Amino acid sequence: MPANDALRLDRLSIGDLDAVSLTLDPGEILCLSGTSGSGKSRLLRAVADLEPHGGEAWLGETAQASIAGHAWRARVMLVPAESHWWAESLGEHLPDARLDDLEALGFAPEVLDWQVARLSSGEKQRLALLRALSREPSALLLDEPTANLDDATTRRVEAWLCARIRARAWPVIWVAHDPAQIARVADHHRRIVGHRLEEAGAWA
Amino acid sequence: MGVIALAWWQLALAALMVVALAGCTVAARLGMGRSLLIAAARTVIQLGLVGLVLEALFSAARFHWVALMALGMLLIAGREVMARQRRRLRGGWAFGIGTVAMFLSSFTVTVLTLTVIIGPEPWYRPQYAIPLLGMMLGNTMTGVALALDRLTDTAWQQRAVIENRLMLGQRWQEAIGDIRREAMRSGMMPMINAMAAAGVVSLPGMMTGQILAGSPPALAVKYQILVMFTITLGTGFGTLAAVAAGSRRLFDGRERLRLERLSAPRS
Repeated sequence: MPANDALRLDRLSIGDLDAVSLTLDPGEILCLSGTSGSGKSRLLRAVADLEPHGGEAWLGETAQASIAGHAWRARVMLVPAESHWWAESLGEHLPDARLDDLEALGFAPEVLDWQVARLSSGEKQRLALLRALSREPSALLLDEPTANLDDATTRRVEAWLCARIRARAWPVIWVAHDPAQIARVADHHRRIVGHRLEEAGAWA
Repeated sequence: MGVIALAWWQLALAALMVVALAGCTVAARLGMGRSLLIAAARTVIQLGLVGLVLEALFSAARFHWVALMALGMLLIAGREVMARQRRRLRGGWAFGIGTVAMFLSSFTVTVLTLTVIIGPEPWYRPQYAIPLLGMMLGNTMTGVALALDRLTDTAWQQRAVIENRLMLGQRWQEAIGDIRREAMRSGMMPMINAMAAAGVVSLPGMMTGQILAGSPPALAVKYQILVMFTITLGTGFGTLAAVAAGSRRLFDGRERLRLERLSAPRS
């Protein structure tokens, strides 16, 4: 197991949310829930430094502000709920994809020759996860990673994600709605209530 | 061989025909009779004033007057670049980037052309400097305005794609690279098209003017080629500079996409 760094938020504040301080050890999954519009996605955007915000985030001994924006985001990688694709063929987006990962997500290797335009929203969501993970980040921020998937595929993607997260020892913030999913994957669970992040129980 | 003089009453005949056209558009309910007449009136007034200014400038031929005229032309072109953008950078950046880009490209190329290639005495002789700069600025303005408009509008429409690329750890230059290339292309296309069609589809205005004024066509053609090359240089470098600076301004020091720096389009 690679020795990884903890992800630490130090009085991080954005929007209406009160300052958030928390520490995630390598390989720990924190599930974040809350009503839509409560600021879950914006909190992830602040951690990835995509929006101006207060406070500081740390990856191990590295402060967010101490390295360039793109270098931080390459290490603390956000996978948004809706993915976007710029090149026409899928292969251009996934130069480093491993075949066993494709297979684990339910794709044949030929998928790399496909046009992005013919992908369904569920396929895009799975491939966007693969696209992010194959860039070898050091921490993951997942925004509803299984929102467009049916139950069976959701379980399959969850299992693959959890296996990769444990193997790589990534600290993860995972935005989720489904209580059953949270129970399956989370080490910790926090809920956004009003302006605050409340402890909602722990499964370890 | 001199030029046949034009009297004002002869121009009035042409004006009468424009009024007739306006009458026809009103009859056809195109809703543009008014703007047609206003534009025609502006042509008369603006060109009349410029004629007076140029007469005075040519008789004085002093460097500071030429420079002042050039500065005035530059500022008006900068304003025009800003006005032609649907979503423009706030806080004077739209004006600033356009104007500086045009200054760097148009002025450098004009001064180089005057001193190194044409070589009038003195080099800033207004009969050469002002028309040359005018043609440069007019075309550079179009290129810069097109390119900046394309840049800001496409960045707005594709903001989610740009941000997704940033999330994957790409640098800002990479994340907006495609859009930047498209913007530069659209700024330079009109000039490339104009060069390709020159003389075949269209007889360029400056050459036509010189021939009307009695220059031998061979000389008029040489001047036209020179002018088209300099315009291409000015437009090209102006567009490159404006898009480079404009796209940088869309991101902040942390390489975040900051589209709130663009104003909302006027309806």
